Amino acid sequence: MRNIATTRLFVIAGLLMSFALALLVSPYANPNPDGLNRVAEDKGFAGSETDHTFGDGPLADYAVRGVDDDFVSKGLSGVIGVLATFALGLALFASLRPRRGDRTTTKEND
Amino acid sequence: MHIPDGFINAGTSLGAGVISAGGVAVAVKKTSEYMEDKQVPLAGLTAAFVFAVQMLNFPVAAGTSGHLLGGALAAILVGPWAGALCVAVVLIVQAFFADGGVTALGLNILDVSLVPALGGYAVFAGLRRVLPDSKASVTFAAGIAAGVSVVLSSIAFWSQFALGGNVDIALGSVLAAMVGVHTLIGIGEGLITAATVALVLGVRPDLVYGARDLALPLEVRPQMRTAGETS
Repeated sequence: MRNIATTRLFVIAGLLMSFALALLVSPYANPNPDGLNRVAEDKGFAGSETDHTFGDGPLADYAVRGVDDDFVSKGLSGVIGVLATFALGLALFASLRPRRGDRTTTKEND
Repeated sequence: MHIPDGFINAGTSLGAGVISAGGVAVAVKKTSEYMEDKQVPLAGLTAAFVFAVQMLNFPVAAGTSGHLLGGALAAILVGPWAGALCVAVVLIVQAFFADGGVTALGLNILDVSLVPALGGYAVFAGLRRVLPDSKASVTFAAGIAAGVSVVLSSIAFWSQFALGGNVDIALGSVLAAMVGVHTLIGIGEGLITAATVALVLGVRPDLVYGARDLALPLEVRPQMRTAGETS
């Protein structure tokens, strides 16, 4: 099945691209507040923000606790996030495949 | 565009949580009606890609940045309901990065997942109806729909702020500011979305949900696989 093989390649290439963006590009992202935070500051409701539940967590604010270099820390946090998102997405969508009695699950053929 | 805890009061956050939960439940049901083995890794990839690109803030005005929301992009790649689920997964993971409040998760799923994915896809589908059937049309429609989806998202936030903002401010000026800056961010969203859709259309057009009518020749092989049939 040529098509499935190419789909696999496509997914691998896409993942590599996502890892590269998270690891190598995200440390250079613009550090300014985003649209909502800017409006909150300008209009005067930024102060109503309360502490985040995971504000002291090991990944808070896209940094890995214990990694001192800011760029490396952010890049690594991005890689962890991409991996976690892919894993959670796979688990969710795999569980949503319709189960039909007449269908022997065709695992990706090897 | 990730709402932290505290901007919106508890009652409105709870209400948004209930609506979001309902929306996610519908998305789960709709997605399960068409999700095939082949699409599972693609949907996972779409979520992972959106997570990565959401980290890439770009400058939009003096001292202000924006980043991809990705709802419209995900909807066009894997379908509106699955696309909404992709972004919901991203938002849940981001909560562990302290990006987007935990009590605000329902608000954020509405503003960043459901509204942009469903609203953006509706705009995309409407544009496709009036444009000729071509990859260029799909790319163009994707860009416009993505840009509009960001403005819809900013209006969704404003509605929540109007209902339950914890600070009493003239609502008109908040709406103008939100729509203004998110129109600029929408331009970036549109460009990134169009570029991504064009890339996938160039490599594997049959994998773009919103362009599957263009890839008909590739789908001629049997759709109903019977048990026992192998490669």
